[in-house]
Amino acid sequence: MFSVIRQATRARSMPLRAVRTVPSNIVRMPACRSIVTKGYTEEHEVVSFDDETGLGVVAITNHAQESLGDVVFVELPAVGSNVSKGNQIGAVESVKAASDIYAPVSGTVTEVNEVLNSEPGLLNRSPEDKGWLCKIKLSAPDEMKELLTLEGYKATWES
Amino acid sequence: MSTVRALSTHTARQFLVSGSGCRAPHNWTAGPGRINLRGLATSAEASLRKTGLYDFHIANGGKMVPFAGYQMPLAYGNIGQVASHTHVRTEAGLFDVGHMVQSNFRGRTATAFLEWLTPSSLISLAPYTSTLSVLLNENGGIIDDTVITKHSDDAYYVVTNAGRRDRDLAWFKEKLQEWNASDRATGGQVEHEVLEDWGLVAVQGPAAAQYLQGLTSFDLRELTFGKSAFVPIEGFNLHVARGGYTGEDGFEISIPPSQTLEVTQLLCNAPVQLAGLGARDSLRLEAGMCLYGNDLDEDTSPVEAGLTWVIGKERRETGDFIGAEGVRKHLKDGPPRRRVGFIVDGAPARQGAQIYSSLEKELIGAVTSGIPSPTLGKNIAMGYVKSGFHKKGTEVDIDVRNKLRKAVVTPMPFMKPNYWRG
Repeated sequence: MFSVIRQATRARSMPLRAVRTVPSNIVRMPACRSIVTKGYTEEHEVVSFDDETGLGVVAITNHAQESLGDVVFVELPAVGSNVSKGNQIGAVESVKAASDIYAPVSGTVTEVNEVLNSEPGLLNRSPEDKGWLCKIKLSAPDEMKELLTLEGYKATWES
Repeated sequence: MSTVRALSTHTARQFLVSGSGCRAPHNWTAGPGRINLRGLATSAEASLRKTGLYDFHIANGGKMVPFAGYQMPLAYGNIGQVASHTHVRTEAGLFDVGHMVQSNFRGRTATAFLEWLTPSSLISLAPYTSTLSVLLNENGGIIDDTVITKHSDDAYYVVTNAGRRDRDLAWFKEKLQEWNASDRATGGQVEHEVLEDWGLVAVQGPAAAQYLQGLTSFDLRELTFGKSAFVPIEGFNLHVARGGYTGEDGFEISIPPSQTLEVTQLLCNAPVQLAGLGARDSLRLEAGMCLYGNDLDEDTSPVEAGLTWVIGKERRETGDFIGAEGVRKHLKDGPPRRRVGFIVDGAPARQGAQIYSSLEKELIGAVTSGIPSPTLGKNIAMGYVKSGFHKKGTEVDIDVRNKLRKAVVTPMPFMKPNYWRG
């Protein structure tokens, strides 16, 4: 429980900051009382889910960006597309390699981080915050429970 | 260690000289791992060879990955691939290429023997001069690309690819036996010696010459691109060839096993920085150079590969070399496909990406290597297209993750080489 609260505090400011950098028609309630939970996949995606809005912000982890190196291109899904957990929704390209991004949860893509089109390096500088990839309106919020905790995620790659 | 292991997966897949070709560009991420940053099974690592500089790499923060049967450094410490690449373009980098196979061919008929194995003009090659060449199979397909250095009519120094070690060495053995048993060897037998465990390091970049000059009394201005010499370096007498695999001025230095570490330590002080396979791949691709297994294979002739220039002019019509018939057919009728360069809009197109004509959307070929170019800030690629679509400026479409991206056939090298020609 403690870790959920800690993550909630960390994550709360994220959508607000995103609003400042990205023109968006989604109006956010300031100081909302919702709880934001984070879930990770073994494939290095992370979702921050706000139970108030039902939106999940999808990003790749800091560990993933470190391993990829300098990101030069980010392919994002189409706004409005319906995705099922496991669908390929985009890709991140570095000089070293291309890596596909898969939907960590099911739902409808409501917004993508257009800043990444002109500034893919944002993904290296701020992978889990300003470098978010897209927002998904979850069709099955229970899927969040299937995701890994931060500790569980770290255990998948830390030896 | 996790990061090291993490990097090995995609690098191994991306760099592994597979020969299978036509892999979907993003396939390294496919399968249950998806963004698979985890390592390969470690059992495979035990059978990998090490160069004489393995411990040196580890001590310098080298991230070791499997490459062509060796454990080789992908990068060092926290220096990213782009930073390392740029350092070589602007200053100098040192690459361990000791995994490559160094050989000597000696004997009175060595020139004739190597002119049988390759389409190169070696009779007219001046002593202590190198040439890029190809080993061809009976059909004229490329067994390997190689650099041949002539020391004299009866002594050659040959460097071949690590990833083709078994194939090449078996081929040399077989052909040497055939040669020495034939009438053609009556003038003298040919011997082949592999310089096992010898070191080979490449110092590359605009600052390389000035740095090396500080270690020798030999006037390196005389050693122009493609020349080689035995150069005294701080008491060591070493074979130094001017050239490399980056498009920059530079040197490849061959070192006896017992001296490899000491010489390398002499060579890698500031401004020379250690550079790994990552930078090596992006540098060579910008320079338009082939990676065997990606861009060349046994089903590809030198004419298709854009390597007609390695075939000696006087040998094109009448040269008696293995594979001559197939090569001559491509020279005469034109090759069915050709290796060309591309600049790709939007997403980088990588190995395996399919190429379509821009009008009829006809499948005309595939990308064999592709990256976002650190120097140009554009996506560059090389690949094979049907003849007719190979001309400079031809617009094509390349499929990247089911989206067609516009690409233009672009002459290679993608950047102006910076060789020392005196």
